[in-house]
Amino acid sequence: MAAVNPALRLLLMAGLLAVWEALVRLLQVPGYLVPPPSAIGVALYRGISSGLYGENIWITMLETLLGFLFGGLAGFLLGTFVALSRRFEYFLYPIIVMFQAMPKVALAPLIIVWFGLDLTSKVINAGLVCFFPLMVNTIAGLRSADEDRVSLMRSLSATPAQIFWMLRLPGALPSIFAGLEIAMIFALIGAIVAEFVGAQAGLGVLIQSMNFSLDVAGQFSVLFILSLIGLALNSVVALVRRRVVYWDTPTRDAAAARPGGRN
Amino acid sequence: MIAVRHLTKRYGTADGDVVALEDIELAVPEGAFVAIVGPSGCGKSTLLRILAGLMPATSGEAAVDGGRIDGPRRDVGVVFQTPVLFPWRTVLDNAMLPVDVQRLGRERMRAHAMDLLRMVGLEGFEGRLPRQLSGGMQQRVALVRALVHDPRVLLMDEPFGALDAMTREQMNLELQRIWLAEATGQRKTVVFVTHSVGEAVFLADRVVVMSPRPGRIVDVLEVDFPRPRPLSVMNTEAFGVHVARIRAALNAVGGLE
Repeated sequence: MAAVNPALRLLLMAGLLAVWEALVRLLQVPGYLVPPPSAIGVALYRGISSGLYGENIWITMLETLLGFLFGGLAGFLLGTFVALSRRFEYFLYPIIVMFQAMPKVALAPLIIVWFGLDLTSKVINAGLVCFFPLMVNTIAGLRSADEDRVSLMRSLSATPAQIFWMLRLPGALPSIFAGLEIAMIFALIGAIVAEFVGAQAGLGVLIQSMNFSLDVAGQFSVLFILSLIGLALNSVVALVRRRVVYWDTPTRDAAAARPGGRN
Repeated sequence: MIAVRHLTKRYGTADGDVVALEDIELAVPEGAFVAIVGPSGCGKSTLLRILAGLMPATSGEAAVDGGRIDGPRRDVGVVFQTPVLFPWRTVLDNAMLPVDVQRLGRERMRAHAMDLLRMVGLEGFEGRLPRQLSGGMQQRVALVRALVHDPRVLLMDEPFGALDAMTREQMNLELQRIWLAEATGQRKTVVFVTHSVGEAVFLADRVVVMSPRPGRIVDVLEVDFPRPRPLSVMNTEAFGVHVARIRAALNAVGGLE
């Protein structure tokens, strides 16, 4: 079965593209509305071979990753403070909740005014958008520490710092990584939106200029690249998670080692 | 030894105070195995948490070796109802948790932890993660973890209550064996909370019977079967007499329906 599945998937995908191509040609849909896959393929090839795409991919990736780094770090630290300090939570949480309710991408025009058309404004916007999911998940993760485990640590005369490093933080990692996966995609969205609002380079800029020149096949090819980038970034986070949170994924020998036992 | 004097515990709730423990008097001699038996809600777990220093008493006091218990102590090991293992730690690392927390030196204690794991039949499992173990095996790891720093006192809160009957009997045998492995005079003082009358009589030198709300001690009886006790001791007439007496005491206070 496992050997058949990938082939079937590819076949299905190829079939869909063929139907798309055939429909566009048969119904004579104009290329500036829906281009055929072959035209998208050509646009993709041209964009890549001319080096135009590579340059812009690099810029958008850099914005996304830097935003993810700063926004993620800030989200983690602030989430940790909120989870650990009642006072911090009391004063900060209402503000945080208000910000959370606001669609962060709506801030993009302001960010551009404040920080200009360069890389900085994109990084800040990406960071702002991905900050919240990580903070919320960090808070939830750190708070979820099992009461019995905390009692056990206390019964051993553990210090609050030991309880944090040895119990709460590792226990929060599954939740934190779930937050990181969302944050990574959010950072990409934040970067693209900021590029739409005002930028000199990047895939968002590319999409807009193609839109103005009715190069729809080109736009589709950039969208294709964007989804590949999103997929790749997400896979990297998922890969790191499987390494770090190794205990959270059940293995096959789990069932074998429990003859007649409970659970 | 453990000494509990005039100990009372009240909880404040929305409907007023609930008296969990009332005027508990208890003396557990050094190296004795004492079981506390009682129905749900008799405060036996509360008493254990007070002895573990996890919870303050409302009035009265509890002391270990003359020292008043006012917080967790390093020379106490606790086993809870559930194994309470850390899923990211291997079996060995879970067993070594007290060593890490109390900074007793991993190198020095590793062999000791391995010996204890061997003793409970977990040799070869030291590198596994908890989720790869059965419930009984997990509780064995919890037992090793409570013993690894060689505490003077072992507090056990219905440790085998979540296990099936057969695993439970086997764990009782193993606990007795581990406890007896140390020479008389070196043995740990054990306070074992259970709601199983049979388990209490099988394991303990002394059984303390408690009543529900407010938790009071209603009977104390000595059990002097020779050790090591085989499971078949449960079929003897003397065993039945003890069990019947405890049941009668529980019945009198409405502990059994």
